[in-house]
Amino acid sequence: MGLLSFLKTPKTQGPPPLPSGSYTVDRDGKVVTRTISSAVSGETLEQISAQVLQTFKDAKQAELNMTEFSITMGAMNIKARELRGGAIIFLSPRGAALK
Amino acid sequence: MALSFLLPSFFKKPNIRQGLRLKSRCTNFHLLHQRIGNPCRYLIVMSASAATAVKHKILLLDDDPDVLDLYQQMLLQLPSEPEVHISSAGASAMTMLDAEPFSILISDLKMPRMDGLQVLAIVRRKYPQLRTVVLTGVADPQMRARAYAMGIDIYLEKPTSEKEISFFKDCIESLLDSEHSGGFRGVQSKSLVDLIQLECLSGSSCILKITNGKLEGRIWIQNGEVYDSTTQDVQGEDAFRRILSWRAGNFEILPIDLERPRKIMTSYQGLLLDTAQALDEAQAGGGSSEPGDNLSDTQYFRKAGLGRIHGVEFALRVPLDQDREVHKWGIENPEPIVTWLRAVVGRFQALHPGFELGAIDTLETRGIQRIIHVTLHSSDLIVVGMLPNASKDQISESTKKVLERWAS
Repeated sequence: MGLLSFLKTPKTQGPPPLPSGSYTVDRDGKVVTRTISSAVSGETLEQISAQVLQTFKDAKQAELNMTEFSITMGAMNIKARELRGGAIIFLSPRGAALK
Repeated sequence: MALSFLLPSFFKKPNIRQGLRLKSRCTNFHLLHQRIGNPCRYLIVMSASAATAVKHKILLLDDDPDVLDLYQQMLLQLPSEPEVHISSAGASAMTMLDAEPFSILISDLKMPRMDGLQVLAIVRRKYPQLRTVVLTGVADPQMRARAYAMGIDIYLEKPTSEKEISFFKDCIESLLDSEHSGGFRGVQSKSLVDLIQLECLSGSSCILKITNGKLEGRIWIQNGEVYDSTTQDVQGEDAFRRILSWRAGNFEILPIDLERPRKIMTSYQGLLLDTAQALDEAQAGGGSSEPGDNLSDTQYFRKAGLGRIHGVEFALRVPLDQDREVHKWGIENPEPIVTWLRAVVGRFQALHPGFELGAIDTLETRGIQRIIHVTLHSSDLIVVGMLPNASKDQISESTKKVLERWAS
């Protein structure tokens, strides 16, 4: 009936879990395969992969001869290996709040 | 005939299967056990080995017959079992060299009529591929320099102890081993740094014996890494630095002594850089100023002793603030790395893919040439370039050491 609805406290939702797993992208950054939960959108993964591919591209221009890199941030560890123009990217959460 | 008596009992042994390979000095025998009718007969196949051992020939030249006998016996005991011919005069030695090819000529210097240097001068011209060794009882640095200037391979003093005899035999055996590898010899002045880099880059294992007048030093190089050094009463890195401070001298490459324990742990690049910086400072009259007193990068990093950290190729201190200066060590042009690094940090710090990533702690890149490890320290990025085969523990330890020394 809704009369007592003001007494009902809304359930607080906890932050969704950080993505964990791996995925491969082609040279355009499009996701090819993934082990990461489908709760994480393709756009999110492509945002990350765009930065990863740009990092590899810049390294090539700087003649750094880099085949893989790993970046450890507060909430997440991102490891990427170049794969014939594309990349395989591993995401491992370290534990942090979501937006 | 003898074989036919031996074979049946031989092949009854459990470990002998179908074939047996015997080797004599010049021929390989392939012995096949094959039933041919009854009773069992053996098919013996003799084949000349495609890799028939090459017989080395050594010519020993000395006017003292006792010396000739003694050294001939010594050389016959070498593992490669060379033929050892002897000659008591230069003229007869030349006749023997004309008659047949030799691998090594071991010659005394002081001989009547035609002395050793005259023989060596002719031999060097007529037989450039012949390895030449001087074996003399006279320890004369000038004579040694003259002999090396003529292009000999090794200058040795006649051994007087068991250890020296063993060293002499190792030298000759090592020359015989390297006979087929070819190579060019010439006389040209090279800096010690060049010599050491040459041996290390080629992955050699040898002893570099350096003489500077009465001074003598040795640098042990194994598999391309400097692992010990001695001179006068000093050993290890101090000895290495002292030897490298000598401006001129002679060098010899001697066979390695594998039993020697390792005393120098720093990489050869670090040693050379460290030493070169120390020499530059000594020449410039660099004083002992403290970090923060407008030190050059060289002085700053030398104070930090970065060259002594194993496996570290270069180090950078990159402020996140682009207006502040970048400090570098061990790298000529850090600009490409610095530009790339600042772009990567900026890019990932600005990344918000629907969840908070947090601040950057570390960044590590791996490639065929090197590993680059980056750590955020205060508002600076500490960048350490390391050898590509460094393990995770080594990277962690080296980075910690760089940070400690920097912070100090």
